[in-house]
Amino acid sequence: MKVINGNFDENIKSGICVVDFFADWCGPCKMFANVFENVSKKFDDINFYKFNVDEDNETSNKYSVMSIPTIILFKDGSEVKRHIGFLDEDSFIQFLEDV
Amino acid sequence: MFDIIIIGAGPAGLTSAIYSKQASKNVLVLEKETYGGQILSADKIKNYPGFTEITGFEFSTNLYNQVKNLGVEIKYEEVIKIKNHDNFKEVLTNKDSYKCKCIVIATGAKNRMLNLNNEKKFIGKGISYCPTCDGMFFKDKNVAILGGGNTAISSAIYLSDIANKVYFIYRQKNFKDDSLNLDEVKNKDNIKVILNSNVTELLGEDKLEKIKVKENDSNKELILDTDGLFIAIGHVPVSSICENLIDINDKGYIVSNEECVTNIDGIFVAGDVRTKNVRQLTTACSDGTIAAVNAIKYLNKK
Repeated sequence: MKVINGNFDENIKSGICVVDFFADWCGPCKMFANVFENVSKKFDDINFYKFNVDEDNETSNKYSVMSIPTIILFKDGSEVKRHIGFLDEDSFIQFLEDV
Repeated sequence: MFDIIIIGAGPAGLTSAIYSKQASKNVLVLEKETYGGQILSADKIKNYPGFTEITGFEFSTNLYNQVKNLGVEIKYEEVIKIKNHDNFKEVLTNKDSYKCKCIVIATGAKNRMLNLNNEKKFIGKGISYCPTCDGMFFKDKNVAILGGGNTAISSAIYLSDIANKVYFIYRQKNFKDDSLNLDEVKNKDNIKVILNSNVTELLGEDKLEKIKVKENDSNKELILDTDGLFIAIGHVPVSSICENLIDINDKGYIVSNEECVTNIDGIFVAGDVRTKNVRQLTTACSDGTIAAVNAIKYLNKK
């Protein structure tokens, strides 16, 4: 799973990308990490990225991330939708398929 | 058909699962969100016997793995309704329905909301119920905390080490006599305590920017610039699935006693969702044990 700290905007600027904003100390983030990993194998046309909020406050602020896990879906660099909090596998798939 | 369906994978429900499975019962646990319940977000647990200190996540994960390793099936589905038939019970979820011989309800409690306009819209965008989860996003910013119990007090202290300024708003004129760590609050230069007041409006465009605070005995209002508002005004029981079947008191708690029984034969209740005086991690686990033991007795009699 690619962590895109340090190169966030460049990575999300084209195509469909979903980013999991997480931190190592966050329990629900750890639970969601498994869901994110499993679901990533089912979508070839979406880029799955992770972003560690502890290492870059500026980017978290830029995207108004104030709670984790936050999951944001981008299309060509623009936010399409977001979810705040844990999602189970079915709900996360639904989140991606609704676009 | 399952012997026992346990609704809720917090400490009460998972403890019930351990006892039920160890008695060789066929058990299903249904959970709508994440395992662990409220304790998952606890920064540090220091009052559980046998552990000097453990994080809420570590405790919850250990308990979850213990249950999984016993071979208990856990499904992530939201229970919508319970039905009591002559010879069995039925649990309807957002995905399926399951038959069983008896049920343990361990749905717990959730954070009480203020029920103000914009509250839902700003959750995760300034409004939070969990300082340890979200506090770090407010480094060097101004935040407010609403509430006056020990959770609110410890949250104010925690946030004061991160934020620039903490407005600590409490609706009563004085803190309770048995409040803990109030001296520490007084010693923090960046905590401003505002008593006898309530938050009446949440203001902002895409995220929380200001809150309106009104003094209770007067019409005096003030607007505070805050990036975050942490709400710690208690919990409400999650008991709507029991409506029209199981006795619930006027506050929404399932009516029960120390035997964890309900008014319906074969339906038991454990943890924060039932009527009781002490709601702690230890008493949730205690309830889980008692509910399971009584469910097992009920099954063995049939």
